[in-house]
Amino acid sequence: MLKLSRYVLYDILRNKIVIAYTLFLFIVSFSMFRMEENSSKAILSLLNIVLIVLPLISLIFTTIHYYNSYEFIELMLSQPLSRTRILLSEFGGVCISLLSAFWIGVGVPVLLFSADETGFALLFTGTALTIVFTSIAFLASVRSKDKARGIGFALLLWFYFALIYDGLVLLILFAFSDYPMEKFTLLLSALNPIDLGRIFIMLKMDISALMGYTGALYKDFFGSGKGVLFTTVIMLLWATIPLWLAIRSFRRKDM
Amino acid sequence: MIRIEHINKKFRRLQALDNISANFYKGQVISLIGPNGSGKTTLIKSILGMVKPDSGKIFVKDQPVNGDPAYRSDIGYMPQIGRYPDNMKVGQLFDMMKKIRNADEKETDNDLVLQFNIPAIYEKPMRTLSGGTRQKVSAALAFLFSPAILILDEPTAGLDPLSSEILKEKIIYEKKKNKLILITSHVLSDLEELTTHIMYLQEGKMQFLKDLETLQEETDEIKLSKAIAKVMRGYETDNKWIDQIFLAEKKDERIY
Repeated sequence: MLKLSRYVLYDILRNKIVIAYTLFLFIVSFSMFRMEENSSKAILSLLNIVLIVLPLISLIFTTIHYYNSYEFIELMLSQPLSRTRILLSEFGGVCISLLSAFWIGVGVPVLLFSADETGFALLFTGTALTIVFTSIAFLASVRSKDKARGIGFALLLWFYFALIYDGLVLLILFAFSDYPMEKFTLLLSALNPIDLGRIFIMLKMDISALMGYTGALYKDFFGSGKGVLFTTVIMLLWATIPLWLAIRSFRRKDM
Repeated sequence: MIRIEHINKKFRRLQALDNISANFYKGQVISLIGPNGSGKTTLIKSILGMVKPDSGKIFVKDQPVNGDPAYRSDIGYMPQIGRYPDNMKVGQLFDMMKKIRNADEKETDNDLVLQFNIPAIYEKPMRTLSGGTRQKVSAALAFLFSPAILILDEPTAGLDPLSSEILKEKIIYEKKKNKLILITSHVLSDLEELTTHIMYLQEGKMQFLKDLETLQEETDEIKLSKAIAKVMRGYETDNKWIDQIFLAEKKDERIY
């Protein structure tokens, strides 16, 4: 498996976009820590980057990469390799490159300036979101043969998770504000990896006190070991289910 | 070596393959012939497992095609349009293929690599190659692991006469080694020297699978191109089996 991933990685490194992405992340994180005197403030600004930019880059990069390596996939299909293995190698290669970009670009500055619990939570969330959105992007691109449609679909998914979902949650909370919604919002957060990541980090910071009763409930839940486990499991599900669906439809696909 | 049992494939409304059954044995050189869009490439891709038939089964050396992918190590495939990763250099491509197949340097068949002088372009990225050079790379890769089955989709299209001749010589050489070779081509004169059997497809249906001698006898034509042209004309008006059409013609002759 790694044998194939190596060639995928090599191909990705060749086009230098990942290197530019690494530099971008590094410069942004470094300057945030430099500008803000309080490192937790810097983490808060970085949080927005991790929650908005990371999923977007993962989705777009993965989709474009998939369509660009169509030839490679086609070539591999005529070789004695299973389709599952081919797709997993592609996934492995993309994931490794995006993750190393994140760890170098954000991980190193965070470890230098703010190597505490919040910092690690940020790194954990970034890692999880990268894997989750790479996996979602694979599903989107395997499902649609047309390049523009695949990328368009990936973008729509990003809009949904990063922007629309929050609006929907607010709407629901507003409509049912007469009922006790605390447990329900906990469930809602699990349905969006970006939200889950945000809550997970926010509660490691002091600002959770500002979030009222729901915040207290969250703090109670996410502050405990149970919360960490919950987040990990949900993120794992978000990473594996789309990938599994992608493999399933890739195995049935005509090339 | 390859057994095809009642395969059907539909792309949306188009019936690409319609209940095709055939047996191919080693030592045969089978020419897949038919008009454009008659399902030749779809059939080849089904054998390679790249296209999944809606129904029916294909066995390669008694291994079902949709199971273990290991059966593909017995197949050398030269695609119609060789598409390769743009950034990869030719040398890297060959290295990669060898690593994927776990092949030793000694076991590989480098005849075509040397005859096409491919080592000279090892440092060139795939995207800079011309169509013909790409074809040469495809051909060299198909023969590289001396597989028992060779599947060549339009092998001579885009090759210059010299390279085309080299490739034909190589195919004849492999044929003598008792291999199964499947070729599609529209250049019937190329096939003439190679083929032992003709499989004729039209609109996804297999019209016949016959050996060359029988076909020549039935059509009264020695040249393959003329024989096929006769068959094609026959099928345009009437989709009967070739035997029936030509029997009918002979009867007419007797009357007049």
